[in-house]
Amino acid sequence: MALTDLITAFLLLGSLGFFLAGTLGLLRFPDLYCRLHALTKADNLGLGLVVLALMIQSDSWQVVIRLLLIWLLVLVAGATVAHLIARKAQQDGHQPWRR
Amino acid sequence: MSPALLYTGSGIILFSIGLHALLVHRHLLRKILAANIMGSGVFMVFIAMGVHGDSGVADPVPQAMVLTGIVVSLCFTAVAIVLAVRLNKLTGCTTLAVDEESSID
Amino acid sequence: MELALIFDLILLITLIALAWLLLASSDIFRAVVLFIAFGLLLALAWVRLGAPDVALAEAAIGAGITGALLLVGLGRLGSAEHYRGTRTRLTFLQRLSAPVLIGVMIPSISLILLLELSLHASATPGQQGLVNVLLDVSGTNHGVTAVLMNFRAWDTLLEKGVLLLALISIWSLDQARPLFRQNDISPQLTGLARLLLPIMIIVAGFVLWQGDHAPGGAFQSGAILSAGILLAILVGYTLPTRRQGLSLRLLLAVGFSVFLLVAAATLLSSDYLLKYPDSLAGSLILLLELVATASIAALLAAAVVGGHPPDDLSKPVDRSSAVNGGQT
Repeated sequence: MALTDLITAFLLLGSLGFFLAGTLGLLRFPDLYCRLHALTKADNLGLGLVVLALMIQSDSWQVVIRLLLIWLLVLVAGATVAHLIARKAQQDGHQPWRR
Repeated sequence: MSPALLYTGSGIILFSIGLHALLVHRHLLRKILAANIMGSGVFMVFIAMGVHGDSGVADPVPQAMVLTGIVVSLCFTAVAIVLAVRLNKLTGCTTLAVDEESSID
Repeated sequence: MELALIFDLILLITLIALAWLLLASSDIFRAVVLFIAFGLLLALAWVRLGAPDVALAEAAIGAGITGALLLVGLGRLGSAEHYRGTRTRLTFLQRLSAPVLIGVMIPSISLILLLELSLHASATPGQQGLVNVLLDVSGTNHGVTAVLMNFRAWDTLLEKGVLLLALISIWSLDQARPLFRQNDISPQLTGLARLLLPIMIIVAGFVLWQGDHAPGGAFQSGAILSAGILLAILVGYTLPTRRQGLSLRLLLAVGFSVFLLVAAATLLSSDYLLKYPDSLAGSLILLLELVATASIAALLAAAVVGGHPPDDLSKPVDRSSAVNGGQT
């Protein structure tokens, strides 16, 4: 097994951890704002690691740039959608969870 | 068990789930969703039957027809939703009439 | 058992479970969101079946535009079941009819399909080879585009007609109402639109160009463009009133009209509908795809907005009747 394959496997396993944590947060966190937090933070990093793993495996720089662009677009879109959902929730009077 | 067979079977299951929901549910938007799922099931059978051997590439002719089908099912959805909204505006209903007494006058 | 087959199994079980969950869910908003997720996973299934063109279209049109349509429709309809008059209770036999119908019909269809599949798989090699042989004279280098724009171009012609007819019916049913309250636009979304719109236009052009030799083409490109138009509408852009008349209608109809003209010309010159002269095939396909993309983008966006432009263009649109697009 080549070194690149090893790094790819390592990165993918790392991303799996982030996705698992994000999903767990989405299912278990008490209110909408916490769930959004779990979803966006964890999934952005998880996707970032997947994209990094794919970049290592790809053999042309065009593919690398496309992958990077996909990740950046998902980051921007994800952040905006999270903001819009939270804004709408706040307007509808959802109170943040307190202990 | 070949992938083509697997996907054909799943397409049939999706179609039957959709058909059942289409018959059982009353809210028009649910009926539209159900019809969309039925369509997806048909497309899946169509594409899966076009996969030959181990090439892993679907036949281009069914692919082109399914592409056309996706656009046509979008047209169906758009017209159906506008019809439902119109019905809702005229009668206040979000379901079709269920029997004689409740028919639109 | 192969690894790939395990992946297929998990994917298909998830798809079927999602379909069941969304159709059985008590909250329609939830059902619509699950439907969008279903569409995206279905795109993955198309990739697994070796149909990336269909996957692109499914993600852009099946999940994206249909999802937008459903959300707008839900905002206007509401999720409560309203009906008139008394609702009679279903008798036992009426309740039984749906399961019986499905129980009889589905096994028979499956049996026929299974028999067909077992005979079919060994007997015919499919049309892949034929398409590859004819690709040289088709004017394009991608099988699916060749089938769509050349070999079976009449399908595409009629589909453009269906799209236009659908919009005519939508316009004849209702007047367009604003999708949201005007004073409610997030500055964040405006910023996103500024950033994304140029990128979307470039990507749409790229996907259209890509269709010549790889998965892509007019539908996918048009769907991306129409998503861009919808994004622009969501941040408060409205078509100038002087453009809402003839120019808008021309844009909506140009794809179908040019296609019809080409069809008539080929019928007159070669006695066959849409049989392009070999030397002109490439340029004709490019022309048809370009006008088709413009029309599809406008048609899809207009279908989501739903309804014809206001009759009296001098009067401002009544913003108070805006629908509540997203509900949580």
